[in-house]
Amino acid sequence: MAVAFDEMNGQGGAEIRQAYQELSRWLTETPPDALEYRRQEAELLFRRIGITFAVYGDSEAQERLIPFDVIPRILSAKEWTLLEKGLKQRVLALNMFLRDIYHGRDILRANIIPEDLIFQNPVFRPEMNGQDVPHDVYVHIAGIDIIRTDPEHFIVLEDNARTPSGVSYMLENREIMMRLFPDLFARHRVAPVERYPDELLAALRSVAPRSAAAEPTVALMTPGIYNSAYYEHSFLADKLGIELVEGRDLIVKNDEVFMRTTEGLKRVDVIYRRVDDDFLDPLTFRPDSALGVPGLMSAYAAGNITLANAVGTGIADDKAIYSYMPDIVKFYLSEEPILKNVQTWRCREPQDLAYVLDHLDDLVVKEVHGSGGYGMLIGPAATKATIEAFRDKLKREPEGFIAQPTLALSTCPTCTEKGLAPRHVDLRPFVLTGSERVTIVPGGLTRVALKEGSLVVNSSQGGGTKDTWILDE
Amino acid sequence: MLSRTAENLYWLARYVERAEYLARTIDATLRVTALPAAYIGKTNEWDSALLTAGVGQSFYEHYQEANEHNVVEYLSFAADNPSSIRNCIEAARLNARSVRTALTSEMWDTINAAWIELQAVWSKGTGSREDLAKFLRFVQETSLRFDGSAYRTMLRNDAYWFSRLGVHLERADNTARILDVKYHVLLPEEEHVGGPLDYYQWTSILRSVSALTAYHWVYRETLKPWLIADLLILNDTLPRSLASCYGNLVRNLDQIGVAYGRQGAAQRHARGIRNRLEHSHMDDIFQHGVHEFIQEFLADNSRLGEIITKQYLI
Repeated sequence: MAVAFDEMNGQGGAEIRQAYQELSRWLTETPPDALEYRRQEAELLFRRIGITFAVYGDSEAQERLIPFDVIPRILSAKEWTLLEKGLKQRVLALNMFLRDIYHGRDILRANIIPEDLIFQNPVFRPEMNGQDVPHDVYVHIAGIDIIRTDPEHFIVLEDNARTPSGVSYMLENREIMMRLFPDLFARHRVAPVERYPDELLAALRSVAPRSAAAEPTVALMTPGIYNSAYYEHSFLADKLGIELVEGRDLIVKNDEVFMRTTEGLKRVDVIYRRVDDDFLDPLTFRPDSALGVPGLMSAYAAGNITLANAVGTGIADDKAIYSYMPDIVKFYLSEEPILKNVQTWRCREPQDLAYVLDHLDDLVVKEVHGSGGYGMLIGPAATKATIEAFRDKLKREPEGFIAQPTLALSTCPTCTEKGLAPRHVDLRPFVLTGSERVTIVPGGLTRVALKEGSLVVNSSQGGGTKDTWILDE
Repeated sequence: MLSRTAENLYWLARYVERAEYLARTIDATLRVTALPAAYIGKTNEWDSALLTAGVGQSFYEHYQEANEHNVVEYLSFAADNPSSIRNCIEAARLNARSVRTALTSEMWDTINAAWIELQAVWSKGTGSREDLAKFLRFVQETSLRFDGSAYRTMLRNDAYWFSRLGVHLERADNTARILDVKYHVLLPEEEHVGGPLDYYQWTSILRSVSALTAYHWVYRETLKPWLIADLLILNDTLPRSLASCYGNLVRNLDQIGVAYGRQGAAQRHARGIRNRLEHSHMDDIFQHGVHEFIQEFLADNSRLGEIITKQYLI
């Protein structure tokens, strides 16, 4: 694997890149124990605030802190402008694709995507066929995972169009950084991220159903306190000033959705739901789900409630569909995609499969329906036995997998036990789509693989986070 | 507000109040049992402590003997006692987590910090007496901080009122249960017996509702059992008296009623209990029977809890 592009030191390490010059100076002026002291302070603050996440299958640490790295990750205004343009284009295309898949299906007739990839796909929702959603917005909140391998390009690693999480870290990381490093902020012009909750609320209100009151009621629906992202749900509900509801707080009557309040039933118009499709309505989806609301889908079909994101968006961020995204962008927008895709081998295609089986040592193989870094093979880091086990799985069910080259993700300076060292990072900006416009708060969640050499940034696999700074001109 | 939010706030407050009450019960019992046997007679004070905590039966499913070690363990830390202090704090935090958005950061911070300390410092229980004293102080301080931050930082709206309902309902229940267990030492005819034996029982009762000093300020008298009963039942200047709790319950329910533009069974029931307390005299209560009076009160009080739940919380 090639040496990774370092976002501070550049490719060769000869010269500090423009956006990092001030930070680099500051780092040389700041004694290491001062950094360590601030790091401990940050951890204390996080624990006090209660930002924790639950790791599935890890009963020891039912609530754990995501490690926070105090060294910010910095992008220049120019880089951000390019990225922002690319993200808007990508999300626009995702929404058009979803509208098309659940209506006319022009893209299938044009033979851009094989039909069975849609219709045989478990995340395709036939319930959505022909159903209109307000302003044709399906993905109101998208978290697009971006990586870099060189200074020029931004590459999409994954489109998260279902219930992307992490935005609370973007906001809290900034709060804590501003508390701990006021001097460092004074030396930079960092674009603020704090208006995200307002933008989100505006976007959610703008897509209220026609039958809603002039001041539509928005609620955030959570699976409950045992969900790994519960902290984020309560955090966002608080920042937006909306009720945090669970399924049992809601009831459907005459195809309208109400919440149970101390003053009786109150109608809800928009639900920002952080519950997966499968668990929304036991009458339509999983009958064993206690998280959902019986009749919710019927109210949805009647057009009396807006769900954000819409039901069935999984078909747009599916890893099998991912490889078609450049074609999807071109098809709907007649534009060249601004953001690149990672080269992807579709194991469902015999030629690709053959290549993948021959190169398992070099490739990253992912389950089409996996997420969170689970069920993934990283060839160069895997043992012989793991690779062979994967080979069997691949042969048995090739359509369940895609493969990608092991990319040298860019690195950023990070606090480690041995002092500052480069660690691999990715970036998840949050893209909001309302009735009129697409907005992106300048920044996002930078995830960092804290282990030396590791490429897995997922918090469930020992990743940490950083504050992401977009510098103003 | 969401019914579930109101429910969580109500129970959060109840659990914190209960934890503090348990801590004070243990504290008061430790003091009495430290006295030479001649001063306290033959009653097993640890048994009384279990009874006032309402776990007299379940305790014996797990232990043979009600001694200091076992009872402290059961009331403070036992995982299988649903209302041990540890479980109260755990339950309080669970409720707090569910209503993060309805709590001020000070309140969350108090509960969360207590929960963290419980894990970090008290996960193995307490070893020495000194340790135990520290633990009991920690519990009482948590409750004081929680109450104080609620009082100082919460908006005066339904969230605050529901949380107050939890405090006062629980408090009334606790005070009544002490009276229920100890009523026999408060009967007026005991006056003649009145040796040191009862004297220490009386101070113990007062201590467990932190009213020992208050007694002297209110009555300017040596300890008299009927005055103690008067203080705990009818005196509405004492925050833990039944009368005071019901003054607060009626007030908070009225505020909810006004805000929602509607009164209901809860308001009527609470007012009924308060009126009875207002128009009672200790003489009548003694004649009627303290024990019966307290039993009726306990039933009425838990009935109010059910009515509030039905009217607002589900």
